[in-house]
Amino acid sequence: MSIRSYGGQSVEVNDEGFLLDQASWTPAMAEAIAEETGLAPLTEKHWKVIAFCREDAAREGQAPGLRRIAKLSGVDMKELYKLFPKGPGKLAARISGLPKPTSCV
Amino acid sequence: MKNLSIIGAGAAGTMVANHLRRELSADWILTVIDPAPEHLYQPGLLFLPFGARDEAKIRRRRGRTLGRGVQWIQRPVQLVDPDKRKVMLEGAESVSYDLLVIASGSHVRPEETPGLMGSEWRRSIHDFYTLEGALKLREALTEFRGGRIVLNVAEMPIKCPVAPMEWLFLADAFFRKRGIRDRVELIYVTPLDGAFTKPVCNVRLSHMLKQKGIHLETEFGLAEVDPDGQKLVSYDERHVQYDLLVSIPVHKGAEFIGASGLGNDMNFIPTDKHTLRVKGQDHIFALGDATDLPSSKAGSVAHFQSGVLTRNIMRAIRGQSLLMDFDGHANCFIETGFGKALLIDFNYDVQPLPGKFPVPGFGPFTLLGESRVNHLGKLAFRWLYWNFLMPARQLPISDQMSMAGKQVVTEEEMMKAAV
Ligand SMILES: Cc1cc2nc3c(=O)[nH]c(=O)nc-3n(C[C@H](O)[C@H](O)[C@H](O)COP(=O)(O)OP(=O)(O)OC[C@H]3O[C@@H](n4cnc5c(N)ncnc54)[C@H](O)[C@@H]3O)c2cc1C
Repeated sequence: MSIRSYGGQSVEVNDEGFLLDQASWTPAMAEAIAEETGLAPLTEKHWKVIAFCREDAAREGQAPGLRRIAKLSGVDMKELYKLFPKGPGKLAARISGLPKPTSCV
Repeated sequence: MKNLSIIGAGAAGTMVANHLRRELSADWILTVIDPAPEHLYQPGLLFLPFGARDEAKIRRRRGRTLGRGVQWIQRPVQLVDPDKRKVMLEGAESVSYDLLVIASGSHVRPEETPGLMGSEWRRSIHDFYTLEGALKLREALTEFRGGRIVLNVAEMPIKCPVAPMEWLFLADAFFRKRGIRDRVELIYVTPLDGAFTKPVCNVRLSHMLKQKGIHLETEFGLAEVDPDGQKLVSYDERHVQYDLLVSIPVHKGAEFIGASGLGNDMNFIPTDKHTLRVKGQDHIFALGDATDLPSSKAGSVAHFQSGVLTRNIMRAIRGQSLLMDFDGHANCFIETGFGKALLIDFNYDVQPLPGKFPVPGFGPFTLLGESRVNHLGKLAFRWLYWNFLMPARQLPISDQMSMAGKQVVTEEEMMKAAV
């Protein structure tokens, strides 16, 4: 566990950089995490995925896995890998201020 | 009379049935529903490709594994109707329940990946997570004279997440013993960002892969297999060439779970991680590989869960609150080749650490270190499985993980120790 400053706000994150409190997330924080992970600037497509992840997590009580994002967000798998290179499920969750999806465990 | 039904009599369902028969009063009818005539000891599949000839010892007629007082209906379940508390079977019959346990496991679905199941399936493309696949791969390895073998995990979660690495360690030993290791390239292609998800154990296993000359390709999201060009293609357009592909295909829960609206996108059942009750369902519990829990899909996990689940079913019957006792405990031997193995013991919160198990300072098993005794433990596990675990006899290991005998180390310390 450690404290990081994102978008002018101090937040607690776990060893892998995921926010501990998903309620403390703000869009400015997403930009800052994107900066740190080399994704900035976030495009409209990124925001579409982030919005889906936030809404889905609020509804379902857990971060959506990659398969679910590809199926329901309107952004397909190939594009998800372009937008969030390497591990898109993990990266999208982290930028959206959500815990690591369980399918990655 | 009241009815308790269990869907699936694999490792988890069998243990729960045999536990519950001793606990439930005589006014409960206990029924298991499973279409398969035999129970397969799946950990035994790992050794078949390398010439083990013990097929007969890893399967048992299901009737032999279920204790007296357990009824068995040999039919597949098609649907669960939680509102009517009914299980629909193939052929329009149904079973009513007061309480239901779902233990229908996790199953490989090669048809989910384009190209995997075409004309090359079981020719240059193999799997070992099914009996048929493991036997076919045994033939393929006997004939293999050299070239590149790629082991690919298509997508997480899979059952027994250490089995792919064990397979590679055993392949390394197999080809060394045959004197052709220098003609065989071994490559591990995984969607994960390392050999294993938990950091300290990852350091240990990555180091071992390197020592054995096994190449690691990480964060590979498999889009398709090109069976004619003999290559794997990822979503970010990386290509990995193979001569022989050993695939761990996409895993999903049973179809009826999706059809009944009880599952997530992969048909795994959203389950309370400590009580094992299905979320939003008062009368349904789930355990084993069928759940969506962030614990490993392993027989040892199903064993620890079966104790917790039995206690919670008895509490639910008596109208008591459920215990939050399941801690994600897993205990897995990892075969490393040449008659040695590692042992890991961990839970939701504590990653695998070095030490001794189960007696602190003594063992006889070594945690996160290779030993011959660990290997003997892995081999003895089959006997233990049929004679102790499945009949649900008491073992001297508690369901919850213990810190006794474990050394708390960091990833960095482990790295230093590895070099
Ligand atoms: C190669 C390999 C190696 C492994 N090694 C290890 C190891 O070393 N250690 C370890 O702890 N674990 C290991 N495992 C994992 C272990 O085998 C599983 O975790 C364990 O079997 C899970 O038990 P389960 O009861 O949940 O599922 P299963 O044992 O798979 O049983 C599921 C049952 O449900 C039944 N079923 C399916 N669909 C329906 C339906 N529609 N209606 C009714 N019944 C249905 C099936 O017929 C089956 O009998 C290994 C697995 C594999 C494949």
